[in-house]
Amino acid sequence: MNFADLFRVTLPETALEIAALLVLFVDLAFLRKAVLATRVAVATLIGVAGCVAALALLPGAGSAGVSFGGELLLASGGIAAVAEAAILVLTILTLLLFVGSTFTRHTAEYVAVVLMAAAGGLVVSAARDLLIIFVGLELLSLALYILTAFNKHSEKSAEAALKYYLFGSMSAAFLLFGFSYLYGLSGSTNLDAIAAGIAATGPTPLLYVAWTLVVVGLGFKVAAVPFHLWAPDAYEGAPAPAAAFIASVSKVASFALILTFVSKLLHGTLVAEPLLRNQYLTWQSLGALLLIVAAASMVLGNLAALAQSNVRRLLAYSAIAHAGYMLLGVGVHASFAGQGSAVGFFLSTADAASRSANAVLYYVITYGLTTIGAFGAIAVVERATGSSSLESFSGLYKRNPLLAAVLLVYFLSLAGIPPLVGFWAKFNLFAAVLSSGAGPAPFALVVLAIAMSAVSLYYYLRVLKCAYVVDAVDASPIRVHPVTMFTLVAIAAAILVCGCFPAILQNWIACGF
Amino acid sequence: MLAWTIYLSFAGALVEALLPRSSARLARWFALAVAVAGLAVAAVGFFAAAGQGRLVLVDLPWVPAMGIHFLLAADGISRVLVLLTGLAAVSATLFSWNIEERTNQFFAFFLALIGGVYGVFLSFDLFLLFAFYEIAIVPKYFLIAIWGSTRREYGAMKLVLYSFVGSSMVLIGLLAAYASSGAHSTGLVALAHANLPVGQQMWLFPLVFIGFGILAGMWPFHTWAPTGHVAAPTGASMLLAGIIMKLGAYGCLRVAMTLFPHGMDPWGFSLCGLGSWRDLFALLAVIGIVYGALVALVQTDFKFVIGYSSVSHMGFVLLGLMTLNQIGLDGAVLQMFSHGILAGLLFGVVGRIVYARTHTRELDELETMHLARRLPFAAAAFVVAGVASMGLPGFSGFIAELQILVGSWRMNPVWTIATAFGIVIGVAYTWRAMQKAFFSDRLPTPDEHPKTGWPDLGAITWPEYTGVAILTLASLAVGLYPRLLLDSIEPAVKALLAGGIQ
Repeated sequence: MNFADLFRVTLPETALEIAALLVLFVDLAFLRKAVLATRVAVATLIGVAGCVAALALLPGAGSAGVSFGGELLLASGGIAAVAEAAILVLTILTLLLFVGSTFTRHTAEYVAVVLMAAAGGLVVSAARDLLIIFVGLELLSLALYILTAFNKHSEKSAEAALKYYLFGSMSAAFLLFGFSYLYGLSGSTNLDAIAAGIAATGPTPLLYVAWTLVVVGLGFKVAAVPFHLWAPDAYEGAPAPAAAFIASVSKVASFALILTFVSKLLHGTLVAEPLLRNQYLTWQSLGALLLIVAAASMVLGNLAALAQSNVRRLLAYSAIAHAGYMLLGVGVHASFAGQGSAVGFFLSTADAASRSANAVLYYVITYGLTTIGAFGAIAVVERATGSSSLESFSGLYKRNPLLAAVLLVYFLSLAGIPPLVGFWAKFNLFAAVLSSGAGPAPFALVVLAIAMSAVSLYYYLRVLKCAYVVDAVDASPIRVHPVTMFTLVAIAAAILVCGCFPAILQNWIACGF
Repeated sequence: MLAWTIYLSFAGALVEALLPRSSARLARWFALAVAVAGLAVAAVGFFAAAGQGRLVLVDLPWVPAMGIHFLLAADGISRVLVLLTGLAAVSATLFSWNIEERTNQFFAFFLALIGGVYGVFLSFDLFLLFAFYEIAIVPKYFLIAIWGSTRREYGAMKLVLYSFVGSSMVLIGLLAAYASSGAHSTGLVALAHANLPVGQQMWLFPLVFIGFGILAGMWPFHTWAPTGHVAAPTGASMLLAGIIMKLGAYGCLRVAMTLFPHGMDPWGFSLCGLGSWRDLFALLAVIGIVYGALVALVQTDFKFVIGYSSVSHMGFVLLGLMTLNQIGLDGAVLQMFSHGILAGLLFGVVGRIVYARTHTRELDELETMHLARRLPFAAAAFVVAGVASMGLPGFSGFIAELQILVGSWRMNPVWTIATAFGIVIGVAYTWRAMQKAFFSDRLPTPDEHPKTGWPDLGAITWPEYTGVAILTLASLAVGLYPRLLLDSIEPAVKALLAGGIQ
C-alpha cells in the first residue's frame, strides 16, 4: 500500500473531518457569547464549505482507488463516485435546512456530527473490504443515533434514538456475524477475493446463512420490511434536519453498498463460474431474499402509510415503500441477471456502467433530494404550528403560498406524477427491471409495484388536500427563513428540471462523472 | 403550430399561479385570453392542415439512451379533438365566470389540465403521451375538491384514484410492450411496427383498453363519472365530460387498438356467444348505453341525469371503436366531438345557469320553481341541448350516432337493436328532466309568485350567452355540414385501419 495513494483517495473524507474539527474549534474559541442564530449560521457555513471542498477533492474517474497487497480497499469512479458526489450534495442541502433551527444550543456539535456521518457515508459507498465497510457503517450509524437524539427537550427524540440504537446495534451484530461467515468461507475480507473464493467452493449452505445475515443488516439500514420498525419512530422523533439526513444521505450510502455487494458477491460469483448459474442458487435463494423483502416493503409500507395521521410517520412508511421499489431493482438483477440477454447489462467490475445499478442510483438520489425538501417543509410547518400532524398543514396555501407550492412539487414527485423527477425515476427503474430478464416473476413484481404506487397517490394527496383544500383554524402567515426558502425552492426547481430533462442526470450517472 | 396550444396553456397556468390573489377579474380575463388563443391556434392548425395526413410538429430526442422522443404530431383525429379541446376550454372558462374564491388558482389548475389534454391528443411518443395523461389527472382533484359541491372530497378522490388505477394499467402495458418489442423506441409508430407476439397482444390489449376505458366511462368502471361530474364545479364538469372522457376513448383508439391490433382477434373459442375481446368490449359498451340511460331515467338530481347520460353516450363511442370498420370508427370519433360539445352545453346550463341561481338540483324542488317562465333562456338552451343529445337531425349527435349504428349493424345487428333501446330511453330521460326542471304544469302558489312578480333569480350574463352560443353553433355546424370534420377524420381512420387494426 502506498500511503500517498491512500491520502489522495481519502482527501474528501479528510476535508470533512477537518471541517468538523474547525466547526468545533471556531464555535468554542470565538462564538461562546454570540447569539444562537449567528452560531448556527457560522457552523452551517463552515460545514457547507467543508462539503464543497470535499466535492472538489473527489477523485476523478481516472483514479484507481486504494489497494493493499493487490486487493482493492476503496474504489473510485463508477457507482462509488456517483454516490459520493450525491452524498455530499445532499449533505449540503440538509445543512442548509439547519439554518433557522432552534432545537439545540449545541450547533457546532450538530454540524460536526453531520459531517462525520457524511464521511462515514463516503467510506461506505467506496469500500470494497468487509472491515472497511463495517467501520464506515458504524461511523455513519453512530452519528445517526446521536443526530436522532439531538433534540434534548423532546422525549420523543430520546425514545426514537434509543430504539434506533438498539435495533441498529442488533442489526450490526447480524451483519458482522454474516461477514465472519463470508470470511470463513473464503479466507479473505476483500469482496473480489470472497467472490472468487465462493465461486471456487460452490454454493455451500453456509453461504446462504451468511447472505441472509448480511441482508438482515443491510435491510435494517434501508428500513426494509421486516427490519423497518425503527423508521417511523426515528422519522417522527428526530429533529427535522436530522430526519432529512437519515432519509436521504444514509439511504444513498446504504444503497451504494447494497449495489456493490450484489454486483460483487452475487453477480461476480455467477460470472466467474457459469456452473453456479443454476435455478437453485440464483433465483430460489440469494436474490430471492431481496425480492421477498422488496415485495413486503412495497406492500406494507404503502398500506401502513394510508393509516397515518402524522406527516412524518407517513413519510417514514412511504420511505419503506420506496426502499421496496429500489430493492426490487437490485433484487431482480441479482436473481435474473445471469439469464438470457441481460448479462451484457450487468456490471462485473466496479466502473462498468450498468443499467439497473444506474436506475437504482438515479432513484435513490432523486428520492433523497425530494425527501430533504419534504422534511424541510415539515420543519417550517412544525415550527409555526408545533406539530407535524396532518391538520397542522391545513390552509397552508393561504398561510404561505410558496411553501404550499413547493410541498405540492415534493409530494407529487414522491407519488410519481410527471413531469417531476419521481415519475422518471420510477419509469426508468421499472423499465430496467423488465428489460433485465425473462420470466413472469419480475413482471409480476413490477405490476405489484405499479399497483402499490397507485395506492400511494391516495396518502400523498391527503397531505396536499390539507394544504390546499382544508381551511386553517389559524390563518396567520407562516414566516420562513430566507435561506430555508431558497433551499426548498432550489430543491423543487431541481426536481422539475430533472423531471423535464431526465437525460442530464442519467448521463451523469452513466458516466460516473 | 398546433404545439403552441400546449405551451400556451402551461405558460398560462404558470402565470395564473403568479397573478395577485386579490384580482379575480384579471385572472378570468387572462384565462379567457389563453383559452381563446389556444382555440385560435387549434382552429388555424385544423383548417390549414385540412386534407393532409399525419404531420409531425416537433421531434426532438428527449432521453436518447432509452429511445424516447419529444414527438408531437397530428393526424385528422388529433386535429378534430384538439379543436374540441379549444372549444371546451373557451366555453368552460366562460361558464366559470362566477368563480370568486381563489380565482387565479382555479384557472391555474384549469389551464394545466387543458395543457395536459392538448398534450395527449398531440403526442405520438408513448412515453410523452403517458406523461401528459398523468399531468391531466392531478389538477382535476384540486378543481373538484376545492371548488366543488355535493360530496366534493369524496368525488374528487374517487375520480383521481380511478384515473390513476387506469393509468397504472396503461403504464404496465406500456412497459411490457417497450421491454419486449426490442425496438428501443417508445414512438407509437415504431412500437406499432414491432410485431409483438399475438399471445402477448392478447393480454396487453384488454389491459390497456380497460386502463383507458376507465376514463372513458366504460361500464362497469364508470362509477367515478357521475359522482365526479356532480361534485365538480361547472367548468370542471364541462371539461370532465367534454374532454377528459375523450382522453380515455382516444387512448383506447390510439394506443390500445393501434399497438395491439391482434388483441382483437378471435380467441378461438366462444363463451356465451362472445368470441373475442372485441365482442366483450362491444357488449360492455352496449350495456353502458342502456344502463346509463336507465339509471339517468330515475335520478332525482338534475346533474346526475346528465352524468349518467354521459356514460350512455360514451358507450356509443366505445361501441363505434369496436366495430372496426370505417363508418363505425368515423362515427366514434365524431361522437367524441359531438358529445364533448353537447355534454359541455348540458352541464353549463344545469350547473351554471340553473344551479348557481336556484341552489338546488333536486328535480322535485326545481319543479316548484317554474323555471321556463323565470329563466326562459335556460329552458330554451336546455331544450336545444337536450334534443341535440337525443340525436335530432341537424345537430352533431345525429350523424355521429347514425354512423355508429350503421357500423355496428355490419358487425352484429344484435348490438344495433339493443342500442336502439338505449336511444329510446335517452329520449325518455331527457324529456323527463326537461319536463320536471322547466315545464312543470303545477300552478304556482301565491307565495312562489307574489303579485309583485317572480322573485329575482338574476339576469343571464354575457359569458353565459356567449358560452351557450359557441357550443350550440358548433354542434349545429357539424350537424348540418358533417364533412367539416369527416374530411379530416375519414383519411385518418382509413390510415389506422390499413396500418394495423385488422
